Amino acid sequence: MSRQLRPRIAPWGFLAPALALFVTFLLIPIGYAIYLSVVQLKVDGGAFGIRRKVFVGLDNYVATLTNPELLASLGRLAKFGLVSVPLTLGLALVFALLLDLPGIRFGRLSRTAIFLPYAVPGVVGALLWGFMYLPSTSPVNFALRTVGLPAVDFLGPGSIYGSLANIAIWGGVGFNMIVIYTALRSIPAEIYDAAHIDGATEWQVAWRIKIPLLTPALVLTLLFSLIATLQAYSEPTTLRSISSSISYSFFPLMKIYRDAFGTDDVSGAAAASVVMALGTLLISLVLLRLLQRRTFEDER
Amino acid sequence: MSAVRAAGVRRTARPSRVGPTAVLLLGALYALVPIVWVLTAATKSRGELFSTAPFALGTGFVQNLVDLSTYDGGQYWTWALNSLVFAGGGALLSTAVSASAGYALARYQFRGRDAVFMLLLAGVMIPQIALAVPQYFLASELGLANTYWSVLLPSIINPFGIYLACIYVRSSVPEETVEAARIDGASELRTFRSVALPMMVPGLVTVFMLQFVGIWNNFLLPFIMLSDESKFPLTTGLYLMLNRGTGTPALYSLAIMGALLAIVPLVALMLFLQRYWRLDLISGSLKG
Repeated sequence: MSRQLRPRIAPWGFLAPALALFVTFLLIPIGYAIYLSVVQLKVDGGAFGIRRKVFVGLDNYVATLTNPELLASLGRLAKFGLVSVPLTLGLALVFALLLDLPGIRFGRLSRTAIFLPYAVPGVVGALLWGFMYLPSTSPVNFALRTVGLPAVDFLGPGSIYGSLANIAIWGGVGFNMIVIYTALRSIPAEIYDAAHIDGATEWQVAWRIKIPLLTPALVLTLLFSLIATLQAYSEPTTLRSISSSISYSFFPLMKIYRDAFGTDDVSGAAAASVVMALGTLLISLVLLRLLQRRTFEDER
Repeated sequence: MSAVRAAGVRRTARPSRVGPTAVLLLGALYALVPIVWVLTAATKSRGELFSTAPFALGTGFVQNLVDLSTYDGGQYWTWALNSLVFAGGGALLSTAVSASAGYALARYQFRGRDAVFMLLLAGVMIPQIALAVPQYFLASELGLANTYWSVLLPSIINPFGIYLACIYVRSSVPEETVEAARIDGASELRTFRSVALPMMVPGLVTVFMLQFVGIWNNFLLPFIMLSDESKFPLTTGLYLMLNRGTGTPALYSLAIMGALLAIVPLVALMLFLQRYWRLDLISGSLKG
């Protein structure tokens, strides 16, 4: 009986540090952001008036959602994400499937090498690629110059999306590849035997058996990639110091940062933060729901 | 039957292995090119950086190292030390918090458990984007902005780490073992510390590594929280250096050397700990 009583309090003791930190650094900031997003600083009585916060309802949201600068930054983010996310996941899936083939050579070496960029901070990755893009130090342009061809402008207004996406792909493929690969390794090999006896090629096994079984891992990696894309910040900010094609408000988070600390529009920054968070949450929930439905169908 | 299978595998498999291996090696090459570039560029003197062929070795390695170490009174090494404190301290505390919370969620039945679990899962999906700005305003109201604490404390809570710890306990700390310790009269805390915790180590190494890399690589949080350069970690420090270098290419050599040194410890740690990582935790494909 006492054994039944004790574990009723104990779990809360074990959870206490995590819950205290969760409330302090996640829930309260979110609540504060929501509060800031529905008020505005008003100054009463001329230049020497009192600054006070006035409740303005959804005004800040209307302003945010109709702000052409923010919408433009979302458009640029979409342009970047439509290149980086599919290529990151596509390459991760291909590498994972290849690593899983029986009799592959240099598997360990390749796996370690492809995973290595995960350990490189975004700022450093952007810095390294920045030098690879910079006309005076770019190996590509050095090679083109040597054979007498015109140089490529990696940092121009058109090519900057590809250049940014390349940094994201380089940094992201390895981690996603490992997640997919570990999921593949957990599939019992006997599942493939029947297919092999029927004379199925490795291509057919991958397409018909492995990829369907990988759905949960693929949804998970898609989720990680989308969240990372929505938060893209350090790479474009770093590259900004060598490319004039990246403006102060190039991506949404850069615009939010500028509103909060540059132009003192805290309410606008808070409203935009909440909109981005809700968007992320919505995407995550839809993806998880799709995954859940799939899993239930499999069980039936 | 095994003969049939062997023949089948051989017939379909053997001739196609050159292609897949080549594709994987191309992927490895793509991943390594910038790293090899920075390794070679760090050996070049300022003049050589812009004049000699890429990937060729230069003669300025020692000079670059000396220049970086003496830059602004040895500021780079202050940043490196700060990174180590943030990432090492933050990841260690985060792992302890995640271990205890994960254990509670995995091995206790109590009212409100599902609610806590759902709350934490929602926390995984909250993007830093929504947190960093209000976190700064709160920290500044508490007088914590521009202190070590403002970066260290928010790094300790990691809902994903708690989730991973929970999955790991479920698969590798048997309920019967916990129950046996209780019957032997061990207190709840002692059961956790002496029985469960040792069995959780492989999973906790993974939680620690993920959080260490996450904090070490974090740019936004210190960028927003800190204004005092002497408190910067390497990421914001290198950004500052690169920004200063925009007008003065002389700083490029320093930034390159700085970038190289910033990734060496992490790559070394990763290669060393590779065998202890249980990244299968993440894909949810853990086998007990």
